[in-house]
Amino acid sequence: MNELLIKPSHELHELLNKKEVSSSELTKLFFERVESVENKVKAFVTLTKEEAIKKAKAVDEKISKGEKIGPLEGIPIGLKDNLCTRGIKTTCSSKILANYLPPYNATVIEKIIAAGAVPVGKTNLDEFAMGSSTENSGFFTTKNPWNLETVPGGSSGGSAACVAASEAVLSLGSDTGGSIRQPASFCGVVGLKPTYGRVSRFGLIAFASSLDQIGPLTKDVTDAAILMNIIAGYDPKDSTSANVAVPDYTKALTGDIKSLKIGVVSDLMGKGIDNAVKDAIKAAIKKLEELGAVIEEVSMPSFEYALPCYYIIAPAEASSNLARYDAVKFGHRTPDPQDLLSMYYNSRREGFGPEVKRRIMIGTYVLSAGYYDAYYLKAMQVRTLIKQDFEKAFAKYDVLVSPTSPSVAFKAGEKTGDPLSMYLSDIATIPVNMAGIPAISLPCGFSNGLPIGLQIMGKVFDEEAILKTAYAYEQATEWNKQRPNL
Amino acid sequence: MSKYESVIGLEIHAQLLTESKIFCSCSTTFGNEPNRNICPVCTGQPGVLPVLNKKVVEFAIKTALALHCQIAPYSIFARKQYFYPDLPKDFQISQYELPLATNGYVEINVNGNTRCIRIHRIHLEEDAGKLVHAGSDRIQGSTYSLVDFNRTGVPLMEIVSEPDMATPEEARAYVQEIAALLKSLGVCDAKMEEGSLRCDGNVSIRPVGDKNLGTKTEVKNVNSTKALKDALDAEIVRQIKAVDAGERIIQETRHFNENTGQTISLRSKEEAHDYRYFPEPDLVPLEVSKEWIDEIKQGIGELPAEKIKRYVEQFGIKTEDVETILESPGMAEFFEGAIRLYGKPQIVANWLTGEISAYLNAKKLEIKNSKLKISTLVGMLALIDKGTISGKIAKEVIVKMLDTGKSAEEIVKESGATQISDEGELIKAIQEVIKNNPKPVQDYKDGKKASITFLVGQVMKVTKGRAKPDLVNKLLEKELS
Repeated sequence: MNELLIKPSHELHELLNKKEVSSSELTKLFFERVESVENKVKAFVTLTKEEAIKKAKAVDEKISKGEKIGPLEGIPIGLKDNLCTRGIKTTCSSKILANYLPPYNATVIEKIIAAGAVPVGKTNLDEFAMGSSTENSGFFTTKNPWNLETVPGGSSGGSAACVAASEAVLSLGSDTGGSIRQPASFCGVVGLKPTYGRVSRFGLIAFASSLDQIGPLTKDVTDAAILMNIIAGYDPKDSTSANVAVPDYTKALTGDIKSLKIGVVSDLMGKGIDNAVKDAIKAAIKKLEELGAVIEEVSMPSFEYALPCYYIIAPAEASSNLARYDAVKFGHRTPDPQDLLSMYYNSRREGFGPEVKRRIMIGTYVLSAGYYDAYYLKAMQVRTLIKQDFEKAFAKYDVLVSPTSPSVAFKAGEKTGDPLSMYLSDIATIPVNMAGIPAISLPCGFSNGLPIGLQIMGKVFDEEAILKTAYAYEQATEWNKQRPNL
Repeated sequence: MSKYESVIGLEIHAQLLTESKIFCSCSTTFGNEPNRNICPVCTGQPGVLPVLNKKVVEFAIKTALALHCQIAPYSIFARKQYFYPDLPKDFQISQYELPLATNGYVEINVNGNTRCIRIHRIHLEEDAGKLVHAGSDRIQGSTYSLVDFNRTGVPLMEIVSEPDMATPEEARAYVQEIAALLKSLGVCDAKMEEGSLRCDGNVSIRPVGDKNLGTKTEVKNVNSTKALKDALDAEIVRQIKAVDAGERIIQETRHFNENTGQTISLRSKEEAHDYRYFPEPDLVPLEVSKEWIDEIKQGIGELPAEKIKRYVEQFGIKTEDVETILESPGMAEFFEGAIRLYGKPQIVANWLTGEISAYLNAKKLEIKNSKLKISTLVGMLALIDKGTISGKIAKEVIVKMLDTGKSAEEIVKESGATQISDEGELIKAIQEVIKNNPKPVQDYKDGKKASITFLVGQVMKVTKGRAKPDLVNKLLEKELS
């Protein structure tokens, strides 16, 4: 494999600046790579080669004129297919949106365009981001580049796999209950879920509005910081985005975590977590201690309820967010409907997959008259308890750590018949979304040739602390240098 | 007297006159080509988010203040969910728990009595689009339906009263009072026929003196205050007949048919939608500071009821004239401006409520958008006072002023419409008439004094009405003697 394919964006940026490689060459190289491995990995729903070539050429012209280029200019990027791209199919990996052409760009897409990144394509996901394996995609399942029989995780499986398989340098995903971190963990890449409100959701096709957040999937922590610098910030088009100053995240990458107080979430180190995962996390904690951090155990009793509450709140919001796919304005319409109701019923029956239907039904049920108080309201109250648990912990600790996922990547088909066991693979990531805090997953070991992810959680709007911790660990280890052999 | 009394509460939906929609920047202009005022947000494209229009909140706060409501420092929006093709997201963003304002009241006058009607709550929401059905007037039975999203997202303010009205007359007066108030605040044009003000009535009956409320029905589809009164009257009669026949009133929504004058059942409570309300996660709670409320309060000025009282007391003009003046946006300011320059409030009121209102109504104009200025109106009134033009001619002059924006003096000069006060000029005309009408002149001289009326008429004709008839009479008599 050409060594350019395994380099993170900050190294490629240097090479572009030194004119050792052009963006057009890089783009050509990555599309060749896509051609050779995509039939195995299946990370992309749509490839945007023409766009990419045009974009790369423009960047090269800039470079040849001696103009300064930004850190992501000319760098091939994958974009999760739930981010609206004007005039480019945006499907959410759902048959109901199979031919949807958005009339506008998501705010993050505008930012990526302005930053001059080169779009490789739109990446596969579990339909409407509902799932943990991409097996719920309405089109096809993405494969884990480390072992093609296993899943890449989800829902941002395509975004994680394309980075791991070197089909793109980095990518954007979205995370509602772990959809960036869990696939990052499964595919051995870095994935960051920012604080709720840090990145504009405008143009992110909603799954659960109060939990969704867009974030980077990258080859290393530095790239995550660089991509965060581009996408973070207040957006007047998103009322829930926060008007909080955005720091230069690369400044946090000092490598120094002396006296940093780290809490290890004991509730996520016991029952239900694979031993190999536990061992890797313990070793990582030891490494952090060696680097000068102060380690203590912390218990988060409310975590027990995070998963059931999530599966009330997220479906409730989803049932509402997905109502608009009614065949009136866009999306799949059943051929020759007899009347309005048959148009609604048949179009939605044909367009949505089983997991989406399951969640629409759960969500509709928990919001129904007579059940609202017992389910939705109760879940919102528990959500407050989870937040309070985090607040208490963060009064004592700078960051918290846990495994990202209870296991390494599982075999395709292993959990599709048992939604509950599938849901449990997000047990460590969901509390983070419930509280709206930021968290990162980065490689910290292997089991049976499959990557293990370390999750580092931080205070609201303190992405710097988790980046700093992750960077120090990454510098002290070699895990992120490992590449799958495709 | 009936042994029953009725209890009525009303829900009013008022379209707010903001320039842009409630959650996007699309225009709210009415009457455009279908699907012109639309964008990804108000058509519910995947991925879009609402952003609350601050002006909408300001208008609602204005109304809430005028209705003496408590304004919530913290209120939230909720999704009201139901499937319908005119609702792009298949939910309506509205307010459910924690509305913007609660606990207000308004005073109404019915047959000389003042009644206080309490306001339960005021909340904000978005309007839906409009469906056009081919082959039928409703979706059932049509071959296809088209949807126009121009109205989607137009801001609506819902004002819910307490069940404080005892008769349909009171209900009508209440709606009229609210409509006048909204118009004078400039937040809604309150045209029921055009749908910018919509009203649903909740009505029940109970034995006279009973303290408990009977089972209510909701009456929909009333397009005027008269239709509201008729619908409520019909529904009360229906309920009384039903109860007297031993039937039980069921809680339901009923549709008023203006042609038959009857209400018919639309759906029962059991068939009612479960709207599955929950807090809108895409919007942050609406926080209203005391400072903002104070700022809005200062911009409100005098309310209609206060103004009517003041005009009647201070200027001594007729109540119905004040009401006409207040109904027309900007006319009160015009009226007061004219009085400051000219005095004589009743004369100014007569012109404003007479010729000027007739002209503006015919042209669907507001006085501030017309070509008439306070100074030009006052200029014309001065010409009448000086005797330069007659009242009759002034009525023509004012129309030309409204058409052209010119001053009365200019118009009079151009058309030569001033009264002839120069006796020499008049005598010339008289002599001409005498010359051309030998028969009537002879008759007069023969003692038929009445024929002078004909000669005066001829002089008026020759002078195109610009002569003062009594002066002509005097001069004619002199000439003929």
